[in-house]
Amino acid sequence: MVVKDSKKTATKNACKLCTPLGACIALKGVKNAMPLLHGSQGCATYMRRYLIGHFKEPVDIASSNFTEHSTIFGGGQNLETGIKNVLKAYNPKLIGIATTCLTETIGEDVNLMLNNILKSSDFQEYPEIVSVSTASYSGTHIDGYYHAIREIVKTLAKADFAGDRINILNGLFSPADIRHIKEILDDFGIDYSLLPDYSETFDGASWETYNKIPEGGTELGDIKLMGVAGASIEFGKTFNYESAGSYLEDKMGIKNHRLHYPIGIKQTDVFFNVLEKISGLKTPQKYINERGRLVDSYVDGHKYVFGKKAIVFGEEDFVLGLVSFLTEIGIHPVLVASGGESGKLEQYVDVIKSKTGFNKDILVKQGLDFTEIEEYAKTLSPDLLIGNSKGYSFGKKIKVPLIRVGFPIHDRFGGQRILHIGYRGAQNLFDTIVNTIIEERQKSSDIGYSYM
Amino acid sequence: MKILEGREKQIYRHGEDSYDISCEKQSLAGSVSQRACVFCGSRVVLYPIADAVHLVHGPIGCAAYTWDIRGALSSGPELHRLSFSTDLRETDVIYGGEKKLYNSLIELIEKYEPKAAFVYSTCIIGVIGDDVTSVCKKVTKETGVEVIPVHSEGFKGTKKDGYTAACNAMFRLMGTGDTSKISDYSINILGDFNIAGETWIIKDYYKRMGIEVVSCVTGDGRIDEIRRAHGAKLNVVQCSGSVTKLAQMMEEKWGIPYIRVSYFGIEDMSEALYDVARHFENEEILNKTKELVSSEIQSIYPQLMEMKEDLQGKKAAIYTGGAFKAFSLIKALKHIGMKTVMAGSQTGNKEDYKLLKEVCDEGTIIVDDSNPIELASFMIEKDIDLFIGGVKERPIAFKLGVGFCDHNHERKIALAGFIGMLNFAKEVYTSVMSPVWNFVPRREKQLRESEGL
Ligand code: SF4
Ligand code: SF4
Repeated sequence: MVVKDSKKTATKNACKLCTPLGACIALKGVKNAMPLLHGSQGCATYMRRYLIGHFKEPVDIASSNFTEHSTIFGGGQNLETGIKNVLKAYNPKLIGIATTCLTETIGEDVNLMLNNILKSSDFQEYPEIVSVSTASYSGTHIDGYYHAIREIVKTLAKADFAGDRINILNGLFSPADIRHIKEILDDFGIDYSLLPDYSETFDGASWETYNKIPEGGTELGDIKLMGVAGASIEFGKTFNYESAGSYLEDKMGIKNHRLHYPIGIKQTDVFFNVLEKISGLKTPQKYINERGRLVDSYVDGHKYVFGKKAIVFGEEDFVLGLVSFLTEIGIHPVLVASGGESGKLEQYVDVIKSKTGFNKDILVKQGLDFTEIEEYAKTLSPDLLIGNSKGYSFGKKIKVPLIRVGFPIHDRFGGQRILHIGYRGAQNLFDTIVNTIIEERQKSSDIGYSYM
Repeated sequence: MKILEGREKQIYRHGEDSYDISCEKQSLAGSVSQRACVFCGSRVVLYPIADAVHLVHGPIGCAAYTWDIRGALSSGPELHRLSFSTDLRETDVIYGGEKKLYNSLIELIEKYEPKAAFVYSTCIIGVIGDDVTSVCKKVTKETGVEVIPVHSEGFKGTKKDGYTAACNAMFRLMGTGDTSKISDYSINILGDFNIAGETWIIKDYYKRMGIEVVSCVTGDGRIDEIRRAHGAKLNVVQCSGSVTKLAQMMEEKWGIPYIRVSYFGIEDMSEALYDVARHFENEEILNKTKELVSSEIQSIYPQLMEMKEDLQGKKAAIYTGGAFKAFSLIKALKHIGMKTVMAGSQTGNKEDYKLLKEVCDEGTIIVDDSNPIELASFMIEKDIDLFIGGVKERPIAFKLGVGFCDHNHERKIALAGFIGMLNFAKEVYTSVMSPVWNFVPRREKQLRESEGL
């Protein structure tokens, strides 16, 4: 086991969440799946309310409900009852079991337990069962997310002949982002498996009757087919453990293209180029037009944004995408911060800088919390904060506007519908940023320009 | 609907079943309970103490998910709105977290100069065996700031045990402040969390009656006030579950009697004031109370009646944390013409459910520790217009096209007091009367059918 070094004092207003939360998000992106947290009740309830606050949708997460008894004697019985009750109440096709700190600490061997449970019990119809180890003291929510995707793929994908499908392994995107990726692939006319897909489960229509498990999500059949794809595109680069993409590559020989989150023109170009390369198809005109309009708007708005200083925070992969976007429009990310600690953030910021030709200093800090970011902000005097809504409280204190992007967004409406990726996402971000800057100017000027 | 085996006894249909609801049970493994954990109970109660550091000892999640989630306001310091965690990592889990706890406390006390610090133990602390109590003692000695351990490991019981742990923590502080100048007509307000400034509303009423409020303990709370709370002559306890225990301990030790009240709805609010007035047997106070109540009611009544006209006959479901609040809500709803067709709570006891049965009409569903599937099926079965609950229930209601009123700790609008009754009615009205329901599938279908299409 790699023992990570740890900070010596308290974390104050964390810029990260715990690992099983990420696993739950990924599991919610599988059709007819139900997450079951192995541990005590509180964790599941807290994660539910946290996710509901962002997605504004029902989020059911079961718990194996540990008591003192199970903590001392082991939770095998709880897990079994838990699985049975989830089956009875939800009738899922897949149950995703994620551990919590408690069960990791007492050393529960979930896989062994599952073997025993499946052997000994009287299930008529077995659901697929995926288990993922998510001790939150080693990693953050984004790790739980990637781990869960890998375990889902490991459990379900079957190797066979190599076809020409494409696997898309999503980063922690918004439902709107996922819808956009699907649209792009559909427009290309590519056959694909995309995982996870919570574009509907976390942002769906009104119901007439209660759906125990919301509609939508990646079909189990599509996940099985991941083993026969011609290539994978995996978003996110900062993890240093086996990922779903690398597993498919190592075990099934499926070439993995690991990309940064496609935020801004540069990274979106990379994405489209890879799509063209693997599919042998041309980018549909629609996107060339979108890109054209985006460039045109970059020109129209460049003076508002150039030289502005921004502090960017969130998951490492997400902020890397943002850094690429910001540096390509001339905004200076004076501090790039994350609560995650992959140890890779700095090196990738350097790579991105060289790609966008940005030559000013960027302070890159992993493992930060919001009080530390606030400390840095005092000397860096940024014009903008760009990140999730948890940056609001310190932003208010230092009187710097916050552009809300990513996850979570708890103090605004429509966080699940923010589009970040693709040319269209970049357009959305660019417009938002320019308008925020204009609004700040209007607010601070006595003249009240009605033309900008 | 299929009810999970082992849950049948926690649901009761008024008038149909023989009455014997079973409650105060551990949630079933695998059910999606709306309940939280011991830690949550402690955190809720102690959270509004604004000049203390609240340090969550454990891995990051428990602290991150509770960062500033409640609408408990403070008139001064706002330390309670920060989220402090020892953020334990692998090394700490293996070698123990005491050192980090110690360092964290020293750092936080130096940086924020709190009046006291609470250390919440979360699940894994109970397993890795940190001696939290002795670390707290050590830091108290070194810094002079009282550091109080709160034993709130999530798996060691239910939210109620968390309340008890919180009561014990506050009790430790009491009896240490100077009580010499406290009036004979004085009270503590216990169990109100100053959500959206509610404690201030209540405090103002009592002041106008000529009563001194020594400490609000859990609402806009201050350590020094809590230290002299034992000097009050009466404890006024709101909310059944959370701090009754504290009032009992105070009665035992200092002989301070307590009364239980609710500040929701016209009747209960008035009673809460009259009960206190009557307790002190003072003519002047009683007169002032009468004056206050009648003027307050007069100021809200016409508007309530106006809304009632539209709300008459609409159906509501209530699902609260404790059961006590449900009684008040049923009465308050009646005032504006609405009927309660389902009532339930996460943590009610037998006594609560018996009372609940008495105030409910025939046919009302009464339920203990429910889950999303059940709640949804009740909403559909009873074709309700409004659901009153917390943030976890909101999306269930909205998804089905049902109006919603947030009556939990996260609400941002004061619902206590007379003005709170008016706010409550407005909240209800705003949701129930919105035209958007015309578009949701459930109503669209009814509309189509009624038009014969
Ligand atoms: S770890 Fe324990 S204390 Fe923390 S949220 Fe989970 S159940 Fe509650
Ligand atoms: S105990 Fe672990 S899994 Fe549970 S909420 Fe806390 S950090 Fe998350």
